Amino acid sequence: MNLRGLIPLFVFLALLGAFAFGLTRDPRILPSELIEKPFPEFALDNLEGDQIITPEILKGQVSLVNIFGSWCVACTVEHPQLMALKDDPNLQLIGVDWRDTREAANRWLVRNGNPYDAVIFDPNSKLILPLGITGAPESFIVDKAGQIRYKHVGIITEKDWNNTLQPLVESLQ
Amino acid sequence: MRWVLILWVALAAPAFAQSSAEEQRARDIGAQLRCVVCQNQSIEDSDADLAKDMRRVVREQIATGASNEEVISFIRESYGDYVLLKPPVQSNTYLLWFLPFGLVLTSLGWFALAARRKADTPTEIPLSESDQSLLEQLMDDAS
Repeated sequence: MNLRGLIPLFVFLALLGAFAFGLTRDPRILPSELIEKPFPEFALDNLEGDQIITPEILKGQVSLVNIFGSWCVACTVEHPQLMALKDDPNLQLIGVDWRDTREAANRWLVRNGNPYDAVIFDPNSKLILPLGITGAPESFIVDKAGQIRYKHVGIITEKDWNNTLQPLVESLQ
Repeated sequence: MRWVLILWVALAAPAFAQSSAEEQRARDIGAQLRCVVCQNQSIEDSDADLAKDMRRVVREQIATGASNEEVISFIRESYGDYVLLKPPVQSNTYLLWFLPFGLVLTSLGWFALAARRKADTPTEIPLSESDQSLLEQLMDDAS
């Protein structure tokens, strides 16, 4: 039997396989360059405006750093999950209020509840670019030494927390 | 009409010339960086807020005296290779860079081989013995 006639079919199948792999991945999810690297340097006001926060705040405790803004609709959806973590003694919740005004952010936190132990106020995206953020919400798990261990793009659902984030946070204690 | 045009160009030209060398560098760098939320535009071309932030960071970096390569690698450190509109030649992009050339070479080789094989096939088929004798007989009759 002459297999040469089947060559176009094999080429077609190979292309089909490549497209099936390449076109079904979400291009918005970029692999983070920052995993296993120290949290970028920064010195920014807290939301209250009475204190300057630096990466020192991340030392000695496992932290979840969550990028949000009062303009961010998906953050409102994610918020109840963060509220559920508010009283977790093994986890420090740090908010990064992005491209926002203090007034709008405070109003938003009063209405939806404030789960954060501290909120970094970043109206000018000073911390956003070094973190490689593309949109809100995004979250990082940072270990006790201040190293980034995990990046979560998008809303943290209960399932995400139970299956991925909680086991990681526990393993870092 | 023509004089109006010439006058307009003469007056408008200085406005274009005003952009400084630093601004030109910032634009050159920006044209090489992908706006990560719009996928296929450079940060110079995009109106997205994130692209504005990135443009500002590029200018801040230039103002601190960073070279073009330093600015690009600063952005690349946080956003990865994806932020470069032109993919770098490195081990995971060899396929991307060299496959087209490989395909052209392979098909040229294939073509050359096929052409030679065809040339080797005789196009003139000798007459069979019976045809040859028939031909000779006809020629004899004719003469």
